[in-house]
Amino acid sequence: MQPTTQADTHAQASHHEELGFWQKYIFSTDHKVIGIQYGITGLMFLFSGLCLMSVMRWQLANPGTGVPIIGTLLNHLLGESMVSKAGVISPDLYNAFGAMHGTIMVFLAIVPLAFGAFGNFVTPLQIGAPDMTFPRVNMVSYQFYFLGGILMLASFFIPGGAAQSGWTSYSPLATVTNNNIHPNGQTFWIIGMVCLINSSLLGAVNFITTIIQLRAKGLTWMRMTFFCWAQFVTAFLLLLAFPPLEAAAVLQLMDNLLRTSFFLPTGLVVSGQMLHISGGGSPLLWQHLFWFLAHPEVYVLILPGMGIVTEVIANNTRKPIWGYRSMVYSILTIGFLSFIVWAHHMYLTGMGTRIATFFQTTTMVISIPSVIILTALFMSLWGGSIRINTPMLFALGFLPMFGIGGLTGLPLGFNASDIHLHDTYYVIAHFHYIVAPGTIFALFAGIYYWYPKATGRMLNEFWGKVHFTLSFIFMNAVFMPMFIQGMAGMSRRMYDGGQTYATSGDIIGLSPEVIHLNVGISHAVWALGLAQIPFIINFFWSINWGKKVTSDNPWDATTLEWQTPTPPPHGNFDKEIEVVRGPYEYSVPGQSRDFTPQNEPDHPEPITHGNPVRS
Amino acid sequence: MEIPYAVKPRPDTGLYNAKVGIWLFLASEVMLFGALFCSYILMRVNAPEGTWPHHWLNIWLGMTNTIVLILSSVTVVLGWASLKMGKFGHYKFYQGITILCALIFLGIKSFEYRDKFIHYQVNLKDGRIADGHLIKAETTTNVVALEGRWIDTNKMEELYNPPLEHSETPPIIIPRSDIKTMENYGPWHHTYTAIYFCMTGLHGLHVLIGAIVIFAIWGPLAKVWEQDPERYINRVEVSGLFWHFVDLVWIFLFPVLYLL
Repeated sequence: MQPTTQADTHAQASHHEELGFWQKYIFSTDHKVIGIQYGITGLMFLFSGLCLMSVMRWQLANPGTGVPIIGTLLNHLLGESMVSKAGVISPDLYNAFGAMHGTIMVFLAIVPLAFGAFGNFVTPLQIGAPDMTFPRVNMVSYQFYFLGGILMLASFFIPGGAAQSGWTSYSPLATVTNNNIHPNGQTFWIIGMVCLINSSLLGAVNFITTIIQLRAKGLTWMRMTFFCWAQFVTAFLLLLAFPPLEAAAVLQLMDNLLRTSFFLPTGLVVSGQMLHISGGGSPLLWQHLFWFLAHPEVYVLILPGMGIVTEVIANNTRKPIWGYRSMVYSILTIGFLSFIVWAHHMYLTGMGTRIATFFQTTTMVISIPSVIILTALFMSLWGGSIRINTPMLFALGFLPMFGIGGLTGLPLGFNASDIHLHDTYYVIAHFHYIVAPGTIFALFAGIYYWYPKATGRMLNEFWGKVHFTLSFIFMNAVFMPMFIQGMAGMSRRMYDGGQTYATSGDIIGLSPEVIHLNVGISHAVWALGLAQIPFIINFFWSINWGKKVTSDNPWDATTLEWQTPTPPPHGNFDKEIEVVRGPYEYSVPGQSRDFTPQNEPDHPEPITHGNPVRS
Repeated sequence: MEIPYAVKPRPDTGLYNAKVGIWLFLASEVMLFGALFCSYILMRVNAPEGTWPHHWLNIWLGMTNTIVLILSSVTVVLGWASLKMGKFGHYKFYQGITILCALIFLGIKSFEYRDKFIHYQVNLKDGRIADGHLIKAETTTNVVALEGRWIDTNKMEELYNPPLEHSETPPIIIPRSDIKTMENYGPWHHTYTAIYFCMTGLHGLHVLIGAIVIFAIWGPLAKVWEQDPERYINRVEVSGLFWHFVDLVWIFLFPVLYLL
């Protein structure tokens, strides 16, 4: 294939009307620019989520002592009521940081990165489409996301501070916190969430329509990459699971602003005072509506990650994915089942053992397709001539990390063992193994893998490997000890790192060793933060000074996104795309190269292997 | 750059892009209203015996609104069919009625809302309860005048089951000094009014947006008909699909909130 040089791309671009800076980068309708907007914004939120946690970890490791440097800064920014002069963060601020860490990481970092960034950038390229079906809707989707993010960040600086009731915002707690101030942090949280939900809904409609309508000629469903399947299912989850949360958000907003009682029971007493409300509401209703979204949301977080990892593994093992069809059916099954497992988050709410049994069963069933996908990926490694580069390292890191996260979820799915583990650090460790070293590693794999397509330059391999190695070590150093703390019974929302329940005298509580693990975890968190520096520098440095790619297809890949010029111009393809084969035709016997692109016409003369061809 | 199948249907799906998009969007809307209907069911089932209100709303107004919306559904289809037959004038007429229906619906709805906001429950210090509409003209800084009834405190269920027949009664005059609390029938009054305002409010917002879109296509964007008739018909069809959904939601809301 002829590599397209920068000069060629410029020549093509000059045929079009040159767009100004604002239209080209800020109000762009090009799916690739929107994808990159999502990516950069998402990475910034990912980092700010880590920063919030870094401050919280100081409080957990050294309860009641001032946070060095940052404490003073926060004191100036947020005032005496939130952070003392000595830099000690208040319980309220700790709660706010905890709630916002969860909200930012889930709704403002991982989903926008996995779905918004990679989905936008890669999906139309991989299906051979010129753009999304609704480019302007796509732009509005990003703007809603951006607005939601701004509202969430702004809420730190309003009277009373940001939302403090956890990322789950359980009522009545969420409604009665700061209910003498309006609008309060929770109001901002709800309105911010409504913006994010609208963003996801518009995105989901766009993605599904694009995949249904704009697949290139010959690209049948079973020739579609697994990544696109993952995005397809993810979009359906967002489309159908988010609206109930939107409904819940409207109801909670009315509780918050109009003094209704959707989630407030009759006779609610707060601080010894009976609330002046009409009552008659149900706290369980919020939990049902919330988890009806939030369980499918878990799969929204992981499925795109699986998609990315599949692409990277297929490319770097140089062999077809093992069990592609089973993986596709599995991901569809996951998509369906994820709608009927939500109440396994609610075993301890007293909703009844029969309901719990039902959800326990579905929860066990949904682990089967997940295991099939993971097994297929492991099997794909077998017998491959594996290239160890940075994307592949992150993809390989994903597999055992996701495995740990998935398997440790089983005891939480059984309602008997969940009684002990519920709301402990075990839960934190479990889902972080899935999302942090799981999805985030997959996202890194994707960034290292598709960066050359977006910029025309490679990320530095050496610093990439440093980034991977350090991240891998410290991720495990952060989350592995939390399993121990959780099994020892340490509750997850403790301002003092479990000191309240420490063993003292005759009272048996948390042992000093378990509490002391906090110190090691905190150091690992800070080290993990520092380990991202090579990545951040690498990311920005390589835009201008990275190694230039010499071909449009630097990884020798089969899928369609590598058949475009580099970087792809507005409209993507400069030739007609007709797909003639499946997505992972690596090392096909009889071919001259070890990869056969999806759109490469069949050999003019079929390989005969000594036998005459009969028509 | 041209997006394929923006106007012409894709052969294997038989649909143009916006039609796929609107159906997906409507699926998400079903989930949105579905969640609210589920919430309604849960509230109602959870309410203690005899405290879930009946007949707090005027059935005839709701009935009128139902008929108005069903009529608009018919005119939307007739408008679209007229375009298919190339009769732009007929389309203008039918779709004009649709917009008019939307406005009538919103007008009646606003009137019903106002009725709830001037409807008060007054709890007196001596334990008596009065319930009725505020008479603005006779209410002063010293007294509150209501057109309504006294509730027998031994039969509190009367509060939740007002008589269907409205009999003429002299106004109830209550000195303000006798009043312990008074509250109108806003969303804060009862979970029923809360879910009523929430669902009809959200539905009303859909009616408003739908009417604005239909009006925009009907009026300011009508020149598209000359330039690209097929695209224009598609727009009318997509907005019509949305409009049918909005009507359908009301078909469920009416019995649930007014009749049951």
